[in-house]
Amino acid sequence: MNTPLSWIKAYVPELDCTVQEYCDAMTLSGTKVEGATCFDADLDKIIVAKIVKIDKHPDADKLVVCQVQINEEGDTIQIVTGAKNVFEGAIVPAVLDGGKVAGGHDGSVTAGGIKIKKGKLRGVESNGMMCSIEELGQTRDNYPDAPEDGIFIFNDLPQYKGIKLGDDAIEVFGLHDANIEYEVTSNRVDCFGIIGIAREAAATFRKPFVPPVVKETGNNEKASDYISVEVKATDLCSRYIARVVKNIKIAPSPEWMQRRLAACGIRPINNIVDITNYVMEEYGQPMHAYDLDTIEGKKIVVDRAKDGDTFVTLDGQERKLDAGVLMINDGAKAVGIAGIMGGENSKITDDVKTMLFEAACFDGTNIRLSGRRIGLRSDAAGKFEKGLDPNTTMEAMNRACQLIEELGAGEVVGGCVDVYPNPKKPWVVPFSLEKCNKLLGTNVGMDEVREYFKRLELDLNEAGDAVTVPTWRQDVLRNADLAEEIARFFGYDKIPTTLPSGEATMGGYPFEKRVENVALDAAVAHSYCESMTYSFESPKVFDKLLYAKDAPERVAIKISNPLGEDFSVMRTVPVNGMLTSLATNYNRRNKDVKLFEMAKVYLSDSEKPVELPDERVKMVLGCIGEGDFFTMKGTLEEILIAEGMKGLVTYENKGNIPFLHPGRQAVVTYGNKEIGYLGEVHPDVADAYGIGEKAYLGVLDMKLICEFANFDYKYEGIAKFPAMSRDISMVMKKEITAGQIEEIIRKRGGKLLESYNLFDIYEGVQIRPGYKSMAYTVTFRDKEKTLEDKTVNEIMDKILKSLEEIGVELRK
Amino acid sequence: MKDKLKSIMDRAISEIASSDDMEKLNAIKVNILGKKGELTDILKGMKDVAAEERPKVGQMVNETRAAIEEKLNEKLEEMKKKLREEQMKAETIDVTLPGKKSELGHKHPNTIALEELLRIFTGLGYEVVDGPEVEKDYYNFEALNIPANHPAKDEQDTFYVTNDIVLRTQTSSVQVHVMEKQKPPYKIISPGRVFRADEVDATHSPSFHQVEGLVIDKNVTFADLKGTLAEFARRMFGPDTKVKFRPHHFPFTEPSAEMDVSCFKCGGKGCRFCKGEGWIEILGCGMVHPHVLEMRGIDPDEYVGFAFGVGLERITLLKYEIDDMRLLYENDVRFLKQF
Repeated sequence: MNTPLSWIKAYVPELDCTVQEYCDAMTLSGTKVEGATCFDADLDKIIVAKIVKIDKHPDADKLVVCQVQINEEGDTIQIVTGAKNVFEGAIVPAVLDGGKVAGGHDGSVTAGGIKIKKGKLRGVESNGMMCSIEELGQTRDNYPDAPEDGIFIFNDLPQYKGIKLGDDAIEVFGLHDANIEYEVTSNRVDCFGIIGIAREAAATFRKPFVPPVVKETGNNEKASDYISVEVKATDLCSRYIARVVKNIKIAPSPEWMQRRLAACGIRPINNIVDITNYVMEEYGQPMHAYDLDTIEGKKIVVDRAKDGDTFVTLDGQERKLDAGVLMINDGAKAVGIAGIMGGENSKITDDVKTMLFEAACFDGTNIRLSGRRIGLRSDAAGKFEKGLDPNTTMEAMNRACQLIEELGAGEVVGGCVDVYPNPKKPWVVPFSLEKCNKLLGTNVGMDEVREYFKRLELDLNEAGDAVTVPTWRQDVLRNADLAEEIARFFGYDKIPTTLPSGEATMGGYPFEKRVENVALDAAVAHSYCESMTYSFESPKVFDKLLYAKDAPERVAIKISNPLGEDFSVMRTVPVNGMLTSLATNYNRRNKDVKLFEMAKVYLSDSEKPVELPDERVKMVLGCIGEGDFFTMKGTLEEILIAEGMKGLVTYENKGNIPFLHPGRQAVVTYGNKEIGYLGEVHPDVADAYGIGEKAYLGVLDMKLICEFANFDYKYEGIAKFPAMSRDISMVMKKEITAGQIEEIIRKRGGKLLESYNLFDIYEGVQIRPGYKSMAYTVTFRDKEKTLEDKTVNEIMDKILKSLEEIGVELRK
Repeated sequence: MKDKLKSIMDRAISEIASSDDMEKLNAIKVNILGKKGELTDILKGMKDVAAEERPKVGQMVNETRAAIEEKLNEKLEEMKKKLREEQMKAETIDVTLPGKKSELGHKHPNTIALEELLRIFTGLGYEVVDGPEVEKDYYNFEALNIPANHPAKDEQDTFYVTNDIVLRTQTSSVQVHVMEKQKPPYKIISPGRVFRADEVDATHSPSFHQVEGLVIDKNVTFADLKGTLAEFARRMFGPDTKVKFRPHHFPFTEPSAEMDVSCFKCGGKGCRFCKGEGWIEILGCGMVHPHVLEMRGIDPDEYVGFAFGVGLERITLLKYEIDDMRLLYENDVRFLKQF
């Protein structure tokens, strides 16, 4: 919403404040000002002056030397100009030495303005400059009397009658004004009109609110003799008012109206169009004018369209309709899409004789949805969408007719046809000042409240326990809404600041957050940087990750209205973002990149689920550069230790993760649950992402980690008796894994086994092909006593026997 | 005898004084004091001394021995000290050489900002709760007083999965879950991802984070809301931070407000950072709308409360002076390592 401040001042005549004061105060009382443009910001020392004498420039054909009278006392200065339209006796705006103009005469605007200093033009002294309208930062759109090219001439223009030489020309042009841009919230439909904002301004500054006085209009005829109205779709049209104007004289509207419209960003067209736009700005009520001679059967019927109907709107476009769209019809055909756009077949032309004027109140939701289906948005629809007050409709209609009479645009026919079956009446809201004060933490008195409410035309009863709300304030429905009105005018800034006084509460994190934080800290301690990627991605990701066509991971929640295919499904696998980030770093030549993300996945049994998906956080670690499978494995193990998971973690290559190297991947199992996996990224996948070196991934399911994480540590005592170690050196087939060896050591080692540690692994010349050697240190300890060789030997024999059973040879 | 002892003594002292390493000192010790040393020899020759002379001679030998030992030890100490000094000198290092470190990783700036925010609110007694990101339309809208076809529903550019399921557009949906699960009072804070159909640019992202706060109790006031958020702003942005509350509209709060904080770059004078305003918009807030309470079966005459929603990225970008939101999702380590 853009409005010149002068238009507000027209209805709050006593408003006397700077633009900044206005903006600040309005924002604090709830009408947020987004920005203000002062028309005079770059204008200075510009006065009304008169050219008394013109001489030729001695050295330039295109320049003339003017003697310019700058006050009524007769003082003159010399100004050299190249303008062609000057003449002796011309009254012009002139900027004096040291003054400022906004731009060049070609309409270009210079930020901060252009300073005018006295100087010499081709050797002749010039002490100022005469101005064109463009140099004042304006256009012929809002100053139509300005010449197409040249200095603005005041002579013979009635609106400038009475100006005196030396007067402030900025004032004369009405440029000590500002365009204010408001952010109006959707609940304040009344403030989409200048009247509404002016009412707020009057209340804010505690000045009288003087809205336009709308007088009765029209001749002795009756509109109902010209037109009848039938509303069939009463659910979509709560009120329809028709009036008739005859003997229309299309002409430009007066300059003051054009200027106000231009300031609102509306291009002036002619008196009739300008009046409807003007009233729409004032009251927020859109209106439409039909050429009555095109209306068949003297009849308007408001009804829904039929599926498949088409209609040509006044912009010449054919529109497809459906049964949800509300139409304005005459006795034979459709003449407009209600509230959105009129028809080409009934539009006003320059030779219109008689006009049907429509002001109606259409259902906002229907207009919004229809507009979207048709693919058409208009200023009028934008207003209707907000849900208008049907009582404003009549005021706006009468105001428009009044302007038609005032501007001599036509002869208004008396009376109106008003279909308003269920008039909206003001409603009563029970009011409790005590509750308001309790809600706000204030102690505002009843007299003060009465004052605030009066300015807002909220009618508080004698007893102070009920408020009658005018129909334009559809947002005021209960006590809390009235509390807001009190808060706004008492001042949000004056409400005290306290802390809640209720019972003290123990704040804190849920266990899941703590588990996540522990993992996060562990990853950071292992040089990993935290990354963040989107939750939605392209369904093509599954191809990139080499998932089978029927893989369950491909069942991903699908967004109906995504920003594009790349953001269209919710991730079920957490690694795409990680691989993309690794690729970004690889491409930017960042070395040794280690990243991790706490990435939510969204698991569902359908693309379009009925129930909400299983959302679970997966911790993904990824690295390129330094490190290998085993450094990734080590980091995962450290994270598990940090989570207090001291039990046995096992790793098995099930070969089931398509995006990992088939020979270099493992599922991580803890307590019989697959809590994660890790591995080297499949070279085809690395290629697909454009990662030109080996990359490793590790993934932990944080929901499962939460099941096992345990921070309830217990001290176990430090061993008092010495440990005893044995080294075993073995040769075995390559296929036998360390996991198999270790499982035997654990099973056979019994209670006294303290630890085992692989200290050598070798394949090569000294070992026959297909075989490898491995060497372990196995350590035993008895917590109760010093171990004896005999005991340890017995256990070792058991271990060795079992190892031999799976084909392990011992090296002696 | 006396002369002999004196000559041994003099020789020993001169030899000790002139010796310049440990070996020589040891040799002196062995030669004079050792088992076959000169003094020992004298003691061994005692049998030739007259019996009455023996104690006297013995005492003289012992005195000589003690004197030599003292000299020896003195020299030894002196020598050790010198050796240590030499060692220290030889071991001197260039302390300006680079340190050896195991490099720490870095948390995402968003996480750092969130941790700080959560630290503040958990300190004020708020409990952190979580809620679903893929959400029932009802929880995201209707239960928050945004009925079907409400213009506010359109304004938020919602991503839909089905007619009933959306990607939540606001963390306020968590309010509803909390009210459904337990009885008031509540004091919760809920961070999380939200989604809106905004194209990606320097200041917009279709996915971002909000932090929702909700307090409901018997005597909560708008003044408490102001006080709480002013305290938050001071702890988050520095003790001199000023706050400004402006009326606003949210369907689920009444009265509603937006809070600005004084620009932490210029302190409120106006700069490029705050676009000359001196103030920066930080969050939306208000008193929980009575209808939102009623829908959950909570009597608005008994319980009142306030709610607020903070855009986390906004705080991250402002606090760390990051000029492009896309950097947060690119994960270039040269960016991440700065925090």
